Amino acid sequence: MNILVVIEDSRGSMHRMSKEAIAGAQKIGGNITALVIGDNADALSNELSSIDIEKTLIVKHEIVPSYNADGYKEIIAKVIIDTSPDMVIVGHTYQTRDFMPRVSAKLDVPFVPDIIGIDQGIYTKQVLNSKLNASISSSEDLIILSFQSACFSEEDLVKGTSTSESLDIDIDSSMIKSRSEEPFQESAAEVDLESAELIVSVGRGIEKEENISIAFDLAKEIGAEVSASRPVVDAGWLPSFRQVGSSGSTVSPKLYFSLGVSGAIQHVVGMKGSKNILAINKDPDAPIFEIADYAVIGDVLEIIPKLVETLNNS
Amino acid sequence: MKIAVLVKQVIGSESALEISDDSSWVKEENASFVMNPPDHYAIEEALAIKEKIGEGEVVIVSQGPARAQKVIREGLAKGADRGVHIEESVGFQTDPLSIAKSLCSAIKDENFDLILTGLQSDDTGMGQTGVLVGELLNMSTATLAIETDIDKEKIRVKRELESGWFQWVTLDSPSSISIQSGINQPRYPSLKGIMGAKKKEIKVVPSQSPDKKQSIDKVFIPQTSKETEVIDTDLNSTVERIVEILKSEVKVF
Repeated sequence: MNILVVIEDSRGSMHRMSKEAIAGAQKIGGNITALVIGDNADALSNELSSIDIEKTLIVKHEIVPSYNADGYKEIIAKVIIDTSPDMVIVGHTYQTRDFMPRVSAKLDVPFVPDIIGIDQGIYTKQVLNSKLNASISSSEDLIILSFQSACFSEEDLVKGTSTSESLDIDIDSSMIKSRSEEPFQESAAEVDLESAELIVSVGRGIEKEENISIAFDLAKEIGAEVSASRPVVDAGWLPSFRQVGSSGSTVSPKLYFSLGVSGAIQHVVGMKGSKNILAINKDPDAPIFEIADYAVIGDVLEIIPKLVETLNNS
Repeated sequence: MKIAVLVKQVIGSESALEISDDSSWVKEENASFVMNPPDHYAIEEALAIKEKIGEGEVVIVSQGPARAQKVIREGLAKGADRGVHIEESVGFQTDPLSIAKSLCSAIKDENFDLILTGLQSDDTGMGQTGVLVGELLNMSTATLAIETDIDKEKIRVKRELESGWFQWVTLDSPSSISIQSGINQPRYPSLKGIMGAKKKEIKVVPSQSPDKKQSIDKVFIPQTSKETEVIDTDLNSTVERIVEILKSEVKVF
């Protein structure tokens, strides 16, 4: 089995989900080739040199110094044609969603996205708001897969040594139909959620902006950072750098302590890799309880002030 | 500007979900159907772009069985001009590439300047139709648009990246753009809109069935591997138990 893993450049270092993708490829087994693209390719290749894969392909092109959907599509399609892998693997990131369907359409190759499991050519994917799982198969010779966050663990990455080589790719500049400006943040991040050991997370169940302070009170008692689900950020109660989920940060702290978070799939993909999940919610059917280690059914507005008081006195 | 919005009718989040006898999907006869929730944002954005430019046409396009006309009609009631229904007669389709090819063969002669789609469907959640169609029709594409700046001269969208980052992208025309949920406040149909929608045209064309590249073979209820301790007791005992978990089990101190 020849596996091509397309690596995502996360501002000069390897995206966390690219590491999970390699860990996945190592579990599947076979000859693994990593592909790095753009001005940061050497830095990414350097990171890959201490991982147990076959080799890294480096593609630099003046048209694609950084991410561009058309440029990525052209490069990846050509690398696939040149190296004829049996499987192409990526992390299911926002960037993957932007370019990989184009590769799929260009090469007429199936792309099975956001899978949570793989077993003997059967791919498991959540459907119908993750109420059911589906088994997907394909009889094609080549398949493109993207793994959901935490489907494989970065901690399982097998270390080793690997080489790299540069690849020249011709791209017709008329294929580039979009021009990207510099990425920017609307509010500068004041916390690094992704490296936080303990996180207190606020969901819609907090009810009012005034109640947000109880999350900070609890966080202070246990030494945690405060994060939020998307509805709380959309309401303007907390800034977007605190958001956890598919459009925010992906976290895996020792403790994820959620306050009134219902557990929509967009949130869950960002935190289900947490070592311990303690969730408080009034609704006993809240989906967050399905992945929680501790499911506390009750009102956060009663429990947290009392808990803070107890911790403070002990 | 001629704008298509690709919409899908999906099983509603409140619907009963009973797995069909052959396990291939859920029993449709017991399910309730709605417009795919993210598609409301795409329709709203299309209508707002047309209103801003002051001329043009918004066409609601949907592939599905006969019942899918309900969501096309809903789009027309919100203010879209006409509909195209690509009628399926062969059961529930799950291969994104063959669906995209069928959509393309139905709409390619329309030469749309802009195709808008929602973020992803709430049923299969493949999240790729807009990009597949864009590539197949040789259009520029962008995804996760959280703001648009579109007029006769230019197509610019602000894309949402991860972790609070954004990026503006300028796209050549024609373009296929998928819209991030939350970009706008989708309007509700007015009574006048609902009455007017009945007179608007819905063209019905048969769907194509290109070779399937992947298929959903069966669905099943997820087995949770986690052992969850449920704490459902009075306030004092709950707090006492949480303190114990924090100190002795998770060891946060």
